[in-house]
Amino acid sequence: MRIQLIGTIALVRKETGRVLRIWVQTLIPPGITMSLYFIIFGTLIGKRIGEMEGFPYMEYIAPGLVMMSVITNSYGNVVGSFFNAKIQGHIEELLVSPLSEVSIVIGYLAGGIIRGLAVATVVTFIALFFTQINIKHPLMTLFVIIMTAGVFSLAGLINAIFAKKFDDIAVIPSFVLAPLTYLGGVFYTVSLLPEFWQTLSRFNPILYMINSMRYSVIGISDVSIQNALMMIVVFFILLFSSAVILLKKGIGIRQ
Amino acid sequence: MHALSIKDLSKKYKSGVEALKSVSFDVQEGDFFALLGPNGAGKTTAIGIITSLVNKSSGSIEVFGHDLDKELAKAKSCIGVVPQEVNLNLFDYNFNILVNQAGFYGIPRSEGKKRAEQYLKQMQLWQKRKTNARSLSGGMKRRLMVARALVNRPKLLLLDEPTAGVDIETRRMMWDFLRDLNANGTTIILTTHYLEEAEQLCNKVAIIDEGKIIENDSMHNVLKKLKTEVFILNTEKPLDKAPEIDGYTTALKSPQEIEITVSQEQGVNDAFSTLQTSGVKVLSMRNKNSRLEELFLDLTKGQPGEGE
Repeated sequence: MRIQLIGTIALVRKETGRVLRIWVQTLIPPGITMSLYFIIFGTLIGKRIGEMEGFPYMEYIAPGLVMMSVITNSYGNVVGSFFNAKIQGHIEELLVSPLSEVSIVIGYLAGGIIRGLAVATVVTFIALFFTQINIKHPLMTLFVIIMTAGVFSLAGLINAIFAKKFDDIAVIPSFVLAPLTYLGGVFYTVSLLPEFWQTLSRFNPILYMINSMRYSVIGISDVSIQNALMMIVVFFILLFSSAVILLKKGIGIRQ
Repeated sequence: MHALSIKDLSKKYKSGVEALKSVSFDVQEGDFFALLGPNGAGKTTAIGIITSLVNKSSGSIEVFGHDLDKELAKAKSCIGVVPQEVNLNLFDYNFNILVNQAGFYGIPRSEGKKRAEQYLKQMQLWQKRKTNARSLSGGMKRRLMVARALVNRPKLLLLDEPTAGVDIETRRMMWDFLRDLNANGTTIILTTHYLEEAEQLCNKVAIIDEGKIIENDSMHNVLKKLKTEVFILNTEKPLDKAPEIDGYTTALKSPQEIEITVSQEQGVNDAFSTLQTSGVKVLSMRNKNSRLEELFLDLTKGQPGEGE
């Protein structure tokens, strides 16, 4: 047990240290991207849109933009870190050690969550230049950010476990994550959509995460907040278990 | 006590290749054990299964009495491994690589730092502690991998061609280091294509060919099985043809080099007497191959390769 604890801390330290060591790659790009979103969608186009659900457009989209960067970055952090370890071969440092699969998953998960939290802080700070943010439920905000970062860190880990070439880690972010995020209600309320598209949107898990975040910050949501939070927790548990099972079976990492 | 006990170990890859066919052998605590074989014989697969990087198809493995199927973490805690391919995090600092590895074995960070310093110094890499592995030469990377394999102070050290591609000076330094390590109680299993290395270092040897163990004995006994040795004699003056010596096979390799095959019971005295009588002055003599290499070639009917 002591070995697992010390080993997990060592891996957590290594993975979080990586995020901070290469901060120019991990923290600056989302800051620049989100600044552009705030300028274009918030300041320029947002003025013409006016209010959304009773809030200035900039204030309405800010929580979604924070969540969008959390999703992209937590996923990218773990998929990149684990796949690089596989390609360079130093994943073997972990595999030959007595560290359990649960500890390995926790280590990579921590790296993704720290990246998600750090990026959320950066983007929130940038948002303050464009709009005011009065967080209604701060603890829930923290919970939603951590859990969503966790869900996408685990998804990134599973992607990296299966990936055999660099294309394999680019496909999911480009063809699955990006469309689901943009269609997950970052820039609009789903009530604006025709009924068919509203129904379809409810099958998009990212809709629930973005709305959880929006609820925790400005107090409104397109979906039931209880269902949304439960969905995040269920996803987290399912993906965590799947990652542990895949590592135990040695899929993608053992011959 | 057995440091390693392998019973009926088999591995069939998805491609259908049977890398190991019911392999069994034991390594005693304190042995310096050579696992030899031609390319694709199954050496790296065996190391991979022992270190749980490769899933076995059947069979059982115990490391210091810990069954890999039942007490994997305990077994792993006893092992250190230097793989054949460089598998370092090329972007991390060399010092951190060792401290992290110690952590993965449950060694507290303060102790991990001390050990990292100790082994980096022993591997003559302390000056490079603040650079990343990418900037190291090939030989330095190998030494760093040896240092990394030692941070958990393993009772069983597995070395998969640790000196492949390193210069002579580094190889000799590694040999001395490994001899000391073994003398201090660490059991070492070595795979190598440099058979001189195995002959110099190891007290036990197993030869694996096409997934089966074809020889497994002490180095002394194995070398006794060598029926003939081939020597190269350098002569003072050039010769037109190989001198004929009763009972020996000779050939002229170059005008001043005679190749002579000597059977174990013959000895070389008679050959030298004949040469002296014929007025051929021999300046020096050397083995054509190492003795182990002769035996290896005889047993495997092939050539030792450059990598598996």
